[in-house]
Amino acid sequence: MLNSATASRRPLGAGSTLRGVRALARADRARGWLFLLPALAAYGMFVLWPLANSVKYSFYNWDGINPAKWVGLSNYGQVFSNAALYSAIEHSGILIIFFSFLPTGLGLALAAFMRSAIAGRLGTVARVVIFLPQVVALVAAGIAWSWLLGYSGAINQIFYTPIDAVLKLVGLGAAKQAWLGSFQFALPGVGLIGVWVMLGFCTVLLTVGMGKIDPSLYEASQLDGAGPVREFFDITLPSLRQEIGVCLTVTMIAALSAFDIVYISTQGGPANQTMVPGLEIYLLAFTNREVGLASALAIVLVALVVVCIVPIQWYVNRGTQS
Amino acid sequence: MSSSRATAYGGRVLLVVLMFWTLLPFISLFTAALHPVGTYPTGLSWPVHPQWQNFIDAWNVANLGPILKSSALIVLGTVPITVIIATMAGFALGQLRVFGGRMVMLLFLIGLTLPLEGIIIPLYYELNSFNLIDTRMAVILPLIGLFMPFSVYWMRAHFINVPTSLTEAARSDGATTWQIFWGVQVPLARPAIISLVIITTIWTWNQFLLPLVLVPTNVDSRTMAGALGAFQGQYSDNIPLLAAGSLLILAPMVIIYIIFQRQFIRAMLQGAVKG
Repeated sequence: MLNSATASRRPLGAGSTLRGVRALARADRARGWLFLLPALAAYGMFVLWPLANSVKYSFYNWDGINPAKWVGLSNYGQVFSNAALYSAIEHSGILIIFFSFLPTGLGLALAAFMRSAIAGRLGTVARVVIFLPQVVALVAAGIAWSWLLGYSGAINQIFYTPIDAVLKLVGLGAAKQAWLGSFQFALPGVGLIGVWVMLGFCTVLLTVGMGKIDPSLYEASQLDGAGPVREFFDITLPSLRQEIGVCLTVTMIAALSAFDIVYISTQGGPANQTMVPGLEIYLLAFTNREVGLASALAIVLVALVVVCIVPIQWYVNRGTQS
Repeated sequence: MSSSRATAYGGRVLLVVLMFWTLLPFISLFTAALHPVGTYPTGLSWPVHPQWQNFIDAWNVANLGPILKSSALIVLGTVPITVIIATMAGFALGQLRVFGGRMVMLLFLIGLTLPLEGIIIPLYYELNSFNLIDTRMAVILPLIGLFMPFSVYWMRAHFINVPTSLTEAARSDGATTWQIFWGVQVPLARPAIISLVIITTIWTWNQFLLPLVLVPTNVDSRTMAGALGAFQGQYSDNIPLLAAGSLLILAPMVIIYIIFQRQFIRAMLQGAVKG
């Protein structure tokens, strides 16, 4: 090791042969590890090692202070049998619809309609604007939206003032309410914030993807007499396989690991209606001091992400190979 | 022809609606911020007497001076080291093609999908054992590790597209690997590096869960987003002040974004597609 390191510092000079260079390149394939080491160390120390410890903690009953007691799989049993914990997992399933399916679906529709508009001068400004939610702290988005969805917020003002006027006309009560405080609507309300966060990203990504599709494909199908709807399903959708996969992957991870928005806008309430695994883990570990149970839920969450992501990746990669 | 013109027109209208929808929270925050403190503003309404000094009051009440400095220090502690070690690793994986590189890359890719909640509990006890809880280091060190998957992936994607003949040519001139890295490869990687700097800066600034858990009491050592959480807890009833504070905390990253929007959007899209 020491020898090869000093050898590399000796200049080779103009007369060196290609073979010498190749030999050094081979030495590089080993020495390159020195370049890799700092990144691996940081990653290992602050990601992989804690991850391994999460697994370890999940088998113990521990309050974070006193000696831990081995309890086997019983924490995992609790995650699935305790109604409060299990409902948190169910809520993230619903959030996937809002964070993931809605932005991807809407993004596809919007991208298809706006493709020509987004190419123009208006489009340059629009791209910057609709990408903005990616730059803003989710905490700030949560604050803004809890105000927007409040009783005197802009959503009621813009959409429900006219609706209530009609309802009053036909003799029904007002629909206006504090959405995030409602037993029924709090979770969809949090979901709506997710739509806001993710829609711009998906729309821009899918628009860029559509721009890469070979125009001759469309010309050919027009010659065959295909209408815009058939074009969309026969050409656009299959060509966007990779982009759709990315949208679903990124947004599903965001849905399953939602924390900031929920912490700020509802704190899991009312009556746990918006409790999600991320917040539950935080509260269990740092408020209730049930470190083992919280870790088991954390590992279940990690597994859930993998279970959701793997089929998407499989679907995307199958497309690129065939 | 006329139908395609109608589509184009419809597309433009849709685009404007989407822009309004995206800007709605900001407009709403802005009009709310200008209402008199202690009042409860309604939706989008322009106040009779706009209270511009609410921004100054929010700055003072939320103690934003020290927090701004703290955020800047956390960014300065996190971003340069992240970018340097990720560039080195990307060089090793993409140019030097080290033995076992594919396995290492796979290991990093696992981290791309890992939710932070999966490791936050052991991180707390790990940093507690280092006596770093409630210090900025408690945010900086884990962030460097957490940024590695994306950063290494991003830099590797750049280096893998640089022809190895460049490295070989420099080597036959007698350059050491280290000299090739700094003298030849890093200057060429500048666009990729700049994008990475912008993305990791914004991600650091917006980090919430890490400072919440790892800097539990010393709010002045948090990131801006982390401090905003504490501010919201105290002033949740004072909408004008809360709105003004939120806008102040957003502003620096929005400005950076507007300046570097091209690089940021491109990097986010490419990074996502390649990942």
